[in-house]
Amino acid sequence: MPRLTRDGLDALRAELRESTRLGAPGRRVRLTVHLGTCGLASGAGKVLDAARAALEERAVDDVVVATSGCAGLCCREPMATVELAGEPPVKYADLDEKRIVEIIDEHVLGGRIVPAFVLGTGEERRA
Amino acid sequence: MKSPSDRTSSRKSLPETDVCPELASLGFFKSQRLLALRHRGLLNPEEIDEYIALGGYAALPKALFDMTPEEIVDEVKTSGLRGRGGAGFPTGIKWELARNAESKSGSKYVVCNADEGDPGAFMDRSLLEADPHAVLEGMVIGARAMGASEGFVYVRDEYPHAVRMITRAIEQAEDYGLLGSDILGSDFDFRVSVVRGGGAFVCGEETALMASIEGREGRPRPRPPYPSQSGLWGCPTNINNVETWANIPCIVERGGEWYSGIGTKESKGTKIFSLVGKVVNTGLIEVPMGMTLREIVFDIGGGVPRGRKFKAVQSGGPSGGCIPESLIDLPVDYEELAKAGAIMGSGGLIVMDEDTCMVDLARYFVSFLEEESCGKCVPCREGIKRMREILTDIVEARGKEGDIERLEELAYAIKEASLCGLGKTAPNPVLTTIRYFRDEYESHVLHKRCPAKVCKAMIVYRVVPERCTGCQRCVQVCPVNAISGPRSQPHNVDLDKCIKCGACYEICKFDAIAGDAIYIE
Ligand SMILES: Cc1cc2nc3c(=O)[nH]c(=O)nc-3n(C[C@H](O)[C@H](O)[C@H](O)COP(=O)(O)O)c2cc1C
Ligand code: SF4
Ligand code: SF4
Ligand code: SF4
Ligand code: FES
Repeated sequence: MPRLTRDGLDALRAELRESTRLGAPGRRVRLTVHLGTCGLASGAGKVLDAARAALEERAVDDVVVATSGCAGLCCREPMATVELAGEPPVKYADLDEKRIVEIIDEHVLGGRIVPAFVLGTGEERRA
Repeated sequence: MKSPSDRTSSRKSLPETDVCPELASLGFFKSQRLLALRHRGLLNPEEIDEYIALGGYAALPKALFDMTPEEIVDEVKTSGLRGRGGAGFPTGIKWELARNAESKSGSKYVVCNADEGDPGAFMDRSLLEADPHAVLEGMVIGARAMGASEGFVYVRDEYPHAVRMITRAIEQAEDYGLLGSDILGSDFDFRVSVVRGGGAFVCGEETALMASIEGREGRPRPRPPYPSQSGLWGCPTNINNVETWANIPCIVERGGEWYSGIGTKESKGTKIFSLVGKVVNTGLIEVPMGMTLREIVFDIGGGVPRGRKFKAVQSGGPSGGCIPESLIDLPVDYEELAKAGAIMGSGGLIVMDEDTCMVDLARYFVSFLEEESCGKCVPCREGIKRMREILTDIVEARGKEGDIERLEELAYAIKEASLCGLGKTAPNPVLTTIRYFRDEYESHVLHKRCPAKVCKAMIVYRVVPERCTGCQRCVQVCPVNAISGPRSQPHNVDLDKCIKCGACYEICKFDAIAGDAIYIE
């Protein structure tokens, strides 16, 4: 990667916005597992592994599996967020390896939210 | 009808309908305002591209090309941002001092303090793990404003995940030319390296931290000179906390004026807290300055679990202060906390319920600080030890009349004469618990009673014969066979054998057939 200039940075940002947009080819769904130290301690690593394995098993190729830092609500970790292109994100809490697979089958692949594990839908408030 | 906030609070419970609540309407999330945590949950900290796609590194070119260094400093001054690492010193003023300071060798440094020695606090760890580029971007902007060409991120060794994230972020930023020489073609050079700290609490103190970076033993030295005059290797150095740095890109991008619109008169912006202890929703929260403790503990935290009564909040970590229920409507900012005898510290909030003994709590914090005192100055080293001895006597039923006054005298002497902030703040938990819970101290000292029934030397476990059904649950859990009695008849506790472990009390309260036949006096 060549070192960026100011214009290069702007161009890269525009390009990334387009290529990482949900709905772009190969990006129908984004599944984010929240993986801070606290999440890891409560088993988020296993949830992530289970999610990857399940998607591979089902030969799914339009789901982006991502990790991100802490989601904030320690007592409800592990957490994951499912975002289907064009729909508000759905945050799930208290997950384990079984529950994430159920969410993958129902929500990620079937488009039906799994209310039992939902913490909430939509975005957090940003300043 | 259950309110949405009840749902965050009931772990693993199933919602009774198929309608899912909106995240932003849940008690825990509703009144938070994410600024330093603006990318929470949104980006992969290992991918600089995600930070860029979300608008990251937009403040940097503005600072490099559209603003003079003086203008950056002015913007930060206008914002009213104050240091998030403890003392709350105005960041813009500190930057100005470093900017105007002469460096004999020409070098200046900036440092990110991610030592976070406060046990139970995890704001800085979480920020570094979740959004390392926000911290880096803030540091480059600061370095530009102050004319520094080198920076350090000082992270405690117990934070391996955070170390990995920030290290990787530095590499990626270097690859893109956002760090290194000629950043974005601006002629400005700035490098950052990670230094791993040994983990002593006192190493978070800025002069000790600098000694540690220089490879010397991490012990505080007297100030002045302040780091902005003579810091690392004798050069002007600016140290800010992780959260302070993470706020900078927002301030540059949206303006100091905008930032200063959030918060209270003297405390601007938002603050991240780690909310832990006897509270339903534990976690990391970011709220505007000036939010009341009530809103934090009850609306966001969901109140105290299992129907217990709220008693107090410890704010500011081990050397912070204890704020009682009577001050629950206190708006949380630097001034109000100081008035209450507590400190903002780095943002630890520990909620306590009626089962907490305030004398025992003070003893716990003072013991921690005794361990962490570097021993350089006598008032801190000997004074804290003496406070711990008196407090131990009190909780072990050896308290004497005059102990409370002796604690107060010691506390003022330590505050007065200690060299660094550790000693100066160490008496806070003692002074605040005496100030707000003096009756509890008196009860321990004069009547040898612990009202919260925590101090073992003062409690006795007995069976209430009228209640006991003789179910023998307690017999099974007692580790020293202190309980006996024939099945189906009232049992007895042999007080000579009993080690006061409380196991019988717990099992009888929750599991026994009749329940609550064992009481503490
Ligand atoms: C005993 C002691 C421990 C400290 N620990 C920390 C710490 O872990 N993190 C931190 O940012 N500041 C800590 N500080 C405060 C620093 O000395 C310094 O004031 C701060 O890093 C400045 O950054 P700020 O202006 O952004 O708050 C500590 C101070 C004392 C006296
Ligand atoms: S106040 Fe305590 S920690 Fe600070 S320098 Fe003195 S002995 Fe060391
Ligand atoms: S558990 Fe309680 S009710 Fe059962 S025997 Fe012990 S004291 Fe009696
Ligand atoms: S408090 Fe512990 S040691 Fe004492 S009687 Fe109960 S179970 Fe036995
Ligand atoms: S540290 Fe627990 S959720 Fe972030």
